Amino acid sequence: MSSVDIVDLHLSFGATKVLENLHLNVAEGEFLVLLGPSGCGKSTLLNCIAGLLDINDGQIFIGEHNVTWAEPKDRGIGMVFQSYALYPQMNVEKNLSFGLRVAGFSKAIIRQKVAEVAHILQIEDLLKRKPAALSGGQRQRVAIGRALVRDVGVFLFDEPLSNLDAKLRTDLRIELKRLHRKLGNTMIYVTHDQMEALTLADRIAVMKNGVIQQLDTPNGIYHRPKNRFVADFVGSPSMNLIQGTLFKQDEEWLFRMHSEATQDEQWVGISLTHYPFTAAPAVGQKVELGIRPEHVILTEKASNSVSSYLFLVDLVEPMGPDVVCWGSVAGEPFKVRVSADFVFKPDTTLMASFDLTRASIFDIETGGRI
Amino acid sequence: MRGVTPTTAIGPRGSKPKRILSTRNIVVYGVLTVAAVYWVIPLYVMIVTSLKGLPEIRMGNIFAPPLQITFEPWVKAWDSACTGLSCEGLKVGFWNSVKILIPSTFISIAIASVNGYALSFWKFKGSEVFFTLLLLGAFIPYQVIIYPLVILLRELGLFASLGGIVLIHTVFGMPILTLLFRNYFASVPMELFKAARVDGAGFWRIFLQILLPMSLPIFVVALILQITGIWNDFFFGVIYAGTLNFPMTVQLNNIVNTTQGVKEYNVNMAATLLTGLLPLVVYFISGKLFVRGIAAGAVKG
Ligand SMILES: Nc1ncnc2c1ncn2[C@@H]1O[C@H](COP(=O)(O)OP(=O)(O)OP(=O)(O)O)[C@@H](O)[C@H]1O
Ligand SMILES: [Mg+2]
Repeated sequence: MSSVDIVDLHLSFGATKVLENLHLNVAEGEFLVLLGPSGCGKSTLLNCIAGLLDINDGQIFIGEHNVTWAEPKDRGIGMVFQSYALYPQMNVEKNLSFGLRVAGFSKAIIRQKVAEVAHILQIEDLLKRKPAALSGGQRQRVAIGRALVRDVGVFLFDEPLSNLDAKLRTDLRIELKRLHRKLGNTMIYVTHDQMEALTLADRIAVMKNGVIQQLDTPNGIYHRPKNRFVADFVGSPSMNLIQGTLFKQDEEWLFRMHSEATQDEQWVGISLTHYPFTAAPAVGQKVELGIRPEHVILTEKASNSVSSYLFLVDLVEPMGPDVVCWGSVAGEPFKVRVSADFVFKPDTTLMASFDLTRASIFDIETGGRI
Repeated sequence: MRGVTPTTAIGPRGSKPKRILSTRNIVVYGVLTVAAVYWVIPLYVMIVTSLKGLPEIRMGNIFAPPLQITFEPWVKAWDSACTGLSCEGLKVGFWNSVKILIPSTFISIAIASVNGYALSFWKFKGSEVFFTLLLLGAFIPYQVIIYPLVILLRELGLFASLGGIVLIHTVFGMPILTLLFRNYFASVPMELFKAARVDGAGFWRIFLQILLPMSLPIFVVALILQITGIWNDFFFGVIYAGTLNFPMTVQLNNIVNTTQGVKEYNVNMAATLLTGLLPLVVYFISGKLFVRGIAAGAVKG
């Protein structure tokens, strides 16, 4: 078990800067997930930690050691790849023991360690098979096993489950979580699947263009996104974002939608009394109000509430336990998630009111949360 | 319900019948037959001629099968046909060719495979430039560098020696073989290489223990290319090998083009067939592997 510290990391491929000035601390025994869209530099960062890429500037510490210049094998890491990367001509046992054989362990120790790991991952029956004769899930287990035998402090996973089908992915996800609880190793896990990130992580680092946007617990990421990118990227279906303006009336902050300007003069906008501001708002500030689909309450009739809008239902998508209905609010696309018992008639108009304690407001220009 | 109503029972069912005498089949098989006949007839003529005695050949019917089969010409071609002044047959050339072939093939493939491996996995500064230069080497016409190479070998003290001709074959095989190996290794997933690095394997261990075992098809391709190329070579042999090391092809030429006495067509045919035997055998044995290796980019694992 070791912590991982990345200090001021810079990496570029020729002229393209991929990582710039990146800082990241991963505590001992923590499960950290790197989440971000394709091409944002997640694998690159992982490869830097593993020592498979030569960095341009900065330092990497694993445990107490500065491993910036160390060879991959000397860093105390094990790595699991998206394509499994099993040695095709070796059977499972040889695959597992390759690293140990390179390191020159005695036959007896190797046999014992392989047996131990095979037991943990329940692949004892497969030891004599070649990778080609394994299913995707079994291959992935062997790949994890290959990292496990080496008795390292830190595990690096590069999208290890993304080649598997949905059901298997869920199963292995839970297995991984159990494994982490059992071993207590530090794990850094790359994915672009937000469900994986939210379910597995102690903390998630959301990345975009090589910059960590937010480093927080899954709860924090989901409920208090630091900026518009994180809000939009995490959550499925994604957060509703409505453009509007802030203003003040009788010491009360109000939000008015842009497309409301032409509506009747009586309408003042929705009250932000219950919204927990994290930065000082300004009168006339252009903002986006973000509300997750499940934090919208639908009612049949106008409830006279100050924070409700007319919601025009247009399509209903049953998801099993709940239902997502797609429609529009004042001409803007809008989606709401409600329990499956809710019965809809198509093309009806409902009242949508927001739970503002769970909303997010972002400045339009900077995209930052206020 | 289905099968009860007559309309569904009558309609087409099962695999669609294929017409055997379609225009397409006629054209395809026609062309293939003509091509096959075109290549096989000369071979047939050579074989029957090599099995006839000289009097029978003088009767002039080259397509007729031998009236009396004799292996005399084959024995003579191998053992006692005259090349210039010495009359020891092709066997000297055969062993010379073997002596040239084995080290040239082995050395060139060994170097080229390591080259290709380094160029696709251990990219160094300028490795792309290096590769481009090497490829350029494949396009330089031989004629331009024949004489400079003669001088170079002379300076190295290798001209007209076994070492010299082996060096020449190794160097000339390098561009195409390196390209072959590099492209093959480029299709091996980078993650496999990274996994091996994390497991602590170095340059040679990754090559020998991980890549070699999974690269058999491409080695077979390289082997076939080199064996047939070097065995069939006449040009380099006659220039660089020196009289003592003349390969089989050169001696064949000397036998066939001997100006003294009568033309022994049967011996010439037998000698030619003997010389071409090795490449022929190699193709027959490894044809399947060869095709598999050429297509190997697509199949992995
Ligand atoms: N060898 C390379 N040479 C040049 N550019 C590269 C190289 N490897 C990666 N890049 C670039 O670096 C950026 C980050 O790549 P990286 O592989 O880290 O993305 P990622 O976040 O892992 O994406 P994905 O989710 O698709 O795996 C990309 O824009 C990519 O084009
Ligand atoms: Mg990646």
